[in-house]
Amino acid sequence: MNYDKEFDASGLACPLPIVKTKKSLADMASGQVLRVIATDPGSVCDMQAFADATGNTLLESGTENNKFVFFVKKA
Amino acid sequence: MATKKMAIIATKGALDMAYPPLILASTAAALGWEVQIFFTFYGLQLLRKDLSGIAISPIGNPAMPMPVPMPVIVSMLPGMEAMATSMMKAKMKKKGVASLEELRALCQEAEVKFIACQMTVDLFEFEKSDFIDGIEYGGAATFMKFAGETDVCLFI
Repeated sequence: MNYDKEFDASGLACPLPIVKTKKSLADMASGQVLRVIATDPGSVCDMQAFADATGNTLLESGTENNKFVFFVKKA
Repeated sequence: MATKKMAIIATKGALDMAYPPLILASTAAALGWEVQIFFTFYGLQLLRKDLSGIAISPIGNPAMPMPVPMPVIVSMLPGMEAMATSMMKAKMKKKGVASLEELRALCQEAEVKFIACQMTVDLFEFEKSDFIDGIEYGGAATFMKFAGETDVCLFI
């Protein structure tokens, strides 16, 4: 999937993947897509909750090279 | 959708109890919530410029995981608290857990409002210069005004 920016949260524990995803989205334009990579297993549920709460869209959630990968479209 | 609000009363100053208010506040702020933390009694320690004195003790803490089982009398020996604290901090760093300083800065950046309880500031004879910038001072009524409008209110 195409994306406009990437944020690598590998090695970071809760709540940093979510808090820093929010920060990464801050300078992006509406409709742009952020790719987030994480190793925290809790981030799978948390990213969905983040999307639901903020109105940003979680386009895709999966795994790649034993890491979690998310595509978040900014609202 | 109206902005959700959360109020937290932070009353503890030990390393383990310092985390929950800052984790929940930074997360709620990331979700777009308006958040205030009211720091009172030992919770005031979390507002000090220098957080290096924040420690964890194995004494009176039977649930703390230890590398080897340790009799209570041993955990009372001088230096045990410092050792437990440095071991816990090292483990947190290894596991990618943010430092208290980083979480606190993330909260402030996300406009979480920090309120120091004026009564306990005076009680413990803290100076304003002991604390970080950008905090407010108030009493219980200040807190209740906001707490009464919140969706989530926690005492930690």
